Order: sequence, then C-alpha cells, then structure tokens
Amino acid sequence: MIEIDLEKDGVRGVNSRLHALPKDTNERHWLIRNPMGQHAIACGLDAPITVEVAGHAGFYCGGMNKEAEILIHGHAGPGVAENMMSGIVRVDGNASQSAGATGNGGLLVIKGDAASRCGISMKGINIVVGGSVGHMSAFMAQSGHLVVCGDAGEALGDSIYEARLYVRGKADSLGADCIEKEMTDHHLAKLARLLDEAEIKANPKDFRRFGSARKLYNFNIDHADAY
Amino acid sequence: MCGIVGLYLKNPKLQPKLGQLFKPMLIEMTSRGPDSAGVAIYRNPAKKGFTKFSLAHDDAKFAWKKLAAALKAHTKKQVSAEQIGNHAILTTNAREEAVTAWLKAHYPDVRVVGSGQAIEIFKETGLPEKVYEKFDLAKAKGSHIIGHTRMATESAVTTAGSHPFATGADLCLVHNGSLSNHNRLRENLKREGLEFQTENDTEVAAAYMTWKLRQGASLKETLEDGIKDMDGFYTFCVGTHDGFAVVRDPIACKHAILAETDDWVAMATEFRAIAHLPGADKAKIWEPAPQTIYNWGGH
Repeated sequence: MIEIDLEKDGVRGVNSRLHALPKDTNERHWLIRNPMGQHAIACGLDAPITVEVAGHAGFYCGGMNKEAEILIHGHAGPGVAENMMSGIVRVDGNASQSAGATGNGGLLVIKGDAASRCGISMKGINIVVGGSVGHMSAFMAQSGHLVVCGDAGEALGDSIYEARLYVRGKADSLGADCIEKEMTDHHLAKLARLLDEAEIKANPKDFRRFGSARKLYNFNIDHADAY
Repeated sequence: MCGIVGLYLKNPKLQPKLGQLFKPMLIEMTSRGPDSAGVAIYRNPAKKGFTKFSLAHDDAKFAWKKLAAALKAHTKKQVSAEQIGNHAILTTNAREEAVTAWLKAHYPDVRVVGSGQAIEIFKETGLPEKVYEKFDLAKAKGSHIIGHTRMATESAVTTAGSHPFATGADLCLVHNGSLSNHNRLRENLKREGLEFQTENDTEVAAAYMTWKLRQGASLKETLEDGIKDMDGFYTFCVGTHDGFAVVRDPIACKHAILAETDDWVAMATEFRAIAHLPGADKAKIWEPAPQTIYNWGGH
C-alpha cells in the first residue's frame, strides 16, 4: 500500500498522482492520510485501484469516479461520489447533503445517515444507505436504485422518472408523482443483490418500493396543480 | 458565501485554550469570507449587577478612558473601560438603558455592538487572520465562542455590517445565507420601535430575535417563530450566555456541519474548519436537519 500525506502534498498533488496512473498499474492500493476535510479528494479517478481516505473528507470526495474503489473512513461532506460513472465509494460514517448527485453508475454505500437530497438527479447509480436519508432525496431521479435501511425525509422521489426506491422504515411524505409500488420477486432479488454488494445485512422483505406514477413526464394542463 | 463557526467547550480544562483552538477554525473559513470577520466570545463574567458593553469606534485612537470618566460623572456609578483594538469593553453597574441612551446622546459615533454579563463582540473589515490578531484573540480564555467570515452579497462591506449581531443580553447571531423578506420585516420592526444601523439582512434577523425575546419568548420559541416569519436561505448560529444554538431554514441549502466529542461541540459551514480541533478525527459528525433547533448549554 502506498501512503500519501494530503497535508504535505495538497489536494492537487494527491489527485495528480492518482490521475497519472495507467489502467494496468501495479500501484493498486493507496492510503491518503490527513484528509482534514479538504474538498475534491480522489476526484476524477479513472483506473481500477483502491484508495482509502484515512479520516473525514470535505465536499465532492470521489466525484466523477470511474472504476476505482474509494473507501472513506469517516464522514463525507456534500456531494460525495457526485456524477460517479462506475466503481465503488464506501463511507464509514454519515454523509452530508447531495450524496451521489447525478451519478451515472457504480455503487455508493453510506453506512450511517445521508442528509438531504441524497441521490438528487441520479442517472443510473446505485446508492445503499445503512441509516436514514433527509428531505428531497431522489429528487428528479432518472434511473438506478436508492436503498434506505432507515427512514426517508419529506418529499421522497419528487418528480421522479425511472429510478427505484426501497425504504425499510417510514417515508415522511412522498414528492409529486412518487407512489408506492408492488414489491415482486424480481424486485426482492435485485434488492437482495444490492444489499449483498453493499455488505449491509437486512431482509429485503422488510422494505417497501417506491417509484414514478409517470404522470409528470410531459406537461399536461390537467395536471397543472401537481407541478 | 460566508463562513460561520462555533465552539463550545464541554471540558472546562480546555477553557484557557479557547482562543487558540478557535483560531484555525476561523482562518480556515477565510476563502468563504475574506471581506470581514467577527467573533463573540464568552469570558470573564461581570459581577452581579454589572453589565459589559462591547463598544466600537472607527477611530483606533478614540479616547475610551475619557468616555468612561464622563459616563461615571454622569451616572455616579462604577465604570471601567478596557480598549481592545478599535473596540472597548465597558463594564458598569449603571442601568443598561441609561447607558445606551447616554451614549446615543453624547457619543453618537460609538456603536454598541453587544452587551451582557459575559459576551464580548469584536468585528472588523479585513482578512479573518488580521481581525483575530487585532483583537488579540489567540490568547483568549473562555467557555465558548462563535465567529463569522463574510463575503458580502447584499449590503456594503463595513464594520457595522459585519457579524455577529447582538440580539439581547448575552445573545448574538451569525448568519450564512440571505433573507428575501428583510425589507418588509425591517419596516415592521421599525414600527415596533427597533432601530437599524445598516441595510444588512442579518441585522433584521437579529432585530427580529431581540423583539421576540423582549416580548418574553424563550430562545426556542423565538427560533421556532423565526422559521415561520423569516423567508430565505439561512444557517444561523446563535451565541447564548452558556452555549450556542444552530438552526437552518426548511430547504437547508446553506452548508452546515456539527461535530461532538466528550470535550467539545463545534459547528461550522464546512468540516475543514473543525478538522483542526484535537480529537476531531474521532468526533461524532453529522449535518444538522432543517427546521430543527440544536442547542448546547442551559437555555
């Protein structure tokens, strides 16, 4: 494992070293010490490497990730794994707002709670939260899965398109065009796989499924009140 | 933008180091607010019957001793003044209303930036590091402290427009965000007899709180009503006699983070401000929920 001191090298220094790695690199395991809540740590990675962040990260940690596995041993600030394309980001602690925002692919696991707007505008990412999520989570979610092992705050899935939401606890309220849907064997199997990948123990049968009623796709004067 | 930071020491053994612990917190928020900075520190509580006034004047050579002597002659009460930067801490057992009325009549250029038993407010334009040095805060001892670094968005960069804003005895407010209904609210509060020094939106929030508290509302009730009456984006940190409170608007876009250990509780706009504290790596860290009042201390 290669250790880098972020306090010494700075965010730009650390990220430059990680960006310079070819996809077939032998330097596959990195540890970033002293993250000190700095922003944009391990952003824009594009190689199948493992990067551990030894402490709390600031904004946008692991953003735009492709292929890498990023392990944050602490809290993650706003926008963790935003616009992730593939790979895995795991957060040991809680996450601030907008976790996994606009993510296209990959898996984001938050062991603790995620604050508001978790999975906002998600486009294919899978997000598994061990605790609860705040208000406006999965706002305008387009595809992918959001799994919440705790509760969801107000307006879950507001203006949702095709993402699938699984919540074990209660949802304070559902946003516009978000409805509860039947949990079929197909959904139970997918949820079991997601929990397995996330390494979170929970019984898929305890979850409820939410998704789009598909009434707000196009402007319809009869639905003007719902906008 | 703007950055707000607060530190409340649960472990009294750390109190001699309050200013030293807080310095990197405030300075880390310089990039969010390089225009001006301010702090409210709670220390050296005045004796029973005495009030401490935090006073400011634009002239760094202002004759505070002369002012204190004149006030003493006028009130026949005990008065002392200690100059710190271009501020002074005036301690007296004269009646609070009498002191403010006398200052307004005789020294209209002197601004009362805060008052109470323990609170001392210092604020000034310039980089946070310079402001901290100016008021010799690195050596300050005390129980808790809140601070603000300002990047002005809706009113002028002046000392009067800097935070914290006093909201009553030993109470003050720092704000990250912007209020959208402050003009209307200011007019309403003027009709209730409140006076304003600036066009600043946070001054309106402070005046609103002053008005509510004067009517007998508790701090909790004041903040709950504030959520209903104040429109806009805000994370507020309110310094109280024995702690601080944090509240966010219902949308909660303006960043905020809380961290707690056995020794301290800290709040900041960004975690990197808290990262410097001893034990921050093992702290419990979470983002405060919207419309929820978090309170440390006895209020």
